[in-house]
Amino acid sequence: MAALQRLQPVSHVAVSGGTHGNEMSGIYLVKHWLREPSALQRDSFSATPFLANPLAIERCVRYVGRDLNRTFTKQFLNSKATQDEPYEVQRARKINQLYGPKGSAQAFDFLFELHNTTANVGACLIASVQDNLLPMHMCHFIQTHCTLGHYPILLYNLPDQEAYSISSVAKHGLAFELGPQPQGVLRADLLTQMGALVACALDFIDLFNKGTTFPAFETEAYRFIGSVDYPRHPDGELCASVHSKLQDKDFLPLRPGDPIFQTFSGEEILYQGHATIYPVFINEAAYYEKKIAFNKTEKCSLSIPALQRE
Amino acid sequence: MLNEFQQPLKLLNRMTSCSVVLEAPVQRVAIFGGTHGNELSGVFLVKHWQKNGAEIQRSGLQVTPFITNPRAVKKCTRYIDCDLNRVFDPDNLGKVMEDIPYEVRKAQEINNLFGPKGSDVAYDLIFDLHNTTSNMGGTLILENSGNDFIMQMFHYIKNALAPESCPVFLIEHPNLKYATTRSIAKHPVGVEVGPQPQGVLRADILDKMRKIIKHGLDFVRIFNEGEEFPPCTIEVYRIIEKVDYPRNKNDDIIAIIHPCLQDQDWQPLNKGDPVFLTCDGETIAYEGDSTVYPTFVNEAAYYEKKQAFVKTVKVKLTAKGLRSSSS
Repeated sequence: MAALQRLQPVSHVAVSGGTHGNEMSGIYLVKHWLREPSALQRDSFSATPFLANPLAIERCVRYVGRDLNRTFTKQFLNSKATQDEPYEVQRARKINQLYGPKGSAQAFDFLFELHNTTANVGACLIASVQDNLLPMHMCHFIQTHCTLGHYPILLYNLPDQEAYSISSVAKHGLAFELGPQPQGVLRADLLTQMGALVACALDFIDLFNKGTTFPAFETEAYRFIGSVDYPRHPDGELCASVHSKLQDKDFLPLRPGDPIFQTFSGEEILYQGHATIYPVFINEAAYYEKKIAFNKTEKCSLSIPALQRE
Repeated sequence: MLNEFQQPLKLLNRMTSCSVVLEAPVQRVAIFGGTHGNELSGVFLVKHWQKNGAEIQRSGLQVTPFITNPRAVKKCTRYIDCDLNRVFDPDNLGKVMEDIPYEVRKAQEINNLFGPKGSDVAYDLIFDLHNTTSNMGGTLILENSGNDFIMQMFHYIKNALAPESCPVFLIEHPNLKYATTRSIAKHPVGVEVGPQPQGVLRADILDKMRKIIKHGLDFVRIFNEGEEFPPCTIEVYRIIEKVDYPRNKNDDIIAIIHPCLQDQDWQPLNKGDPVFLTCDGETIAYEGDSTVYPTFVNEAAYYEKKQAFVKTVKVKLTAKGLRSSSS
């Protein structure tokens, strides 16, 4: 196990809601914090709430021109402004200006993104595969201190893929993904849980800033390895739905030969992979157009060294 | 029986004190999907039946599956310009203008194909397939408490699905009733199955909707073949009032459906029971004196219609005995 790691204290923290304009928990929480910021204040810092995609929020749609949470790559952030560019490209540049620039020393230290999904993920913590130390300790702290539920860790980005989500603008980031919740619906239970997660995460940062040593630990995580689309007709129309045995089974093992789809004529389609995988985002509404019925993950074990501020 | 005798005979039988109503046989049935383009069970069932309609055929019956709002279906959105399921009133159906909303034009086309509403040549029966984000299970929607044919059908469907519950929602009300797509038929039937998010297709919800249609069509076949259905009673939930979210001066929602009410569609709500939860964690309780049965609790599409839930009361309706007039 590696020796104690040290990181700079965390002073500039932002919390974004409404990266997707119809994912209501984060939108409602941020609107509340904009009126009453006290819940985001700690001894050593205050977190800044903001609404990422105001036009999409106003229309209660995921996005207006293109998915904002796929727009934080160099290609878009460094592009020149044009008349007919999608609204979200402008927004991404603005957010990069306020909380970045991405990759620079001036960027915010930490950015949280708040999401909902129609999939039965419960409450999961999504971190980037490349940024292991601070977010992993935060996740571990949440898992051991936030007792409202169980919080699996999902590692996103394939290792050589550029990070594209909003939290990649800051030096460190974490996404809270809560479901199932329909788009455009606000459930009190998930709202409470999301508020508690943010509070717990900010408590962690405060303790870190105050010099707490967080000991080394081992943890299990789910690493994204690819996705599976729906069976479709030649014209692109779905010819099957997620099988009732797979529906709502996020984070549970899927073995070769297990049913994954059922056609409208009643036939079963089985999983053809070679190994057991852990499906997540099963039947997410926004992923039909991205040609994803579910994402595949594999379980992995991480050894995280001890952490203390510099 | 010849057509020109059916109408007056039907009238004569309704006027007698006989407890059996003679109803004209049902010949033309339509099944509508995609009235709201993001309510996917109906969309995919109709598309499947358009390719392979064997399952919905019954002898002697013409059954037409039909997508009512194709542009909204393509965009996977509830509507393009306005809610199709609210514009089948005489005003909108009769509008003659250059620039009318897409859904109003669609309504006029649908009225020409399956109506005209209120005429003798309108379709006999339309099933209109919907989903809701509310936990309503498989709900049947009744527009008119005087329609013995539909009440007998619902009685039949409820029995066929038992012990699974199949609530009947009566939307008859002087100002809360709306002009639905299905209202152009002589017998309009709404099928509302949830919970399912907009833009999501769940196998279990699809299956439930499919069973309801199967039993509905079986009823029509049995009716056409001359079976006599004795008088029966069905328990229905009659709409009495819509309730909006508490809002501030800027019209922002300041309290949300309380966890104790969330998912409790069709369960009794009594005075003092929690209804809303404010941002500050305070509970707002139900203040009415009598028990009501809330439904459409937290339906996504109703935030813009200023509706957090609707209140209903339980009512027992009696349907007269029923037989086909051609038997």
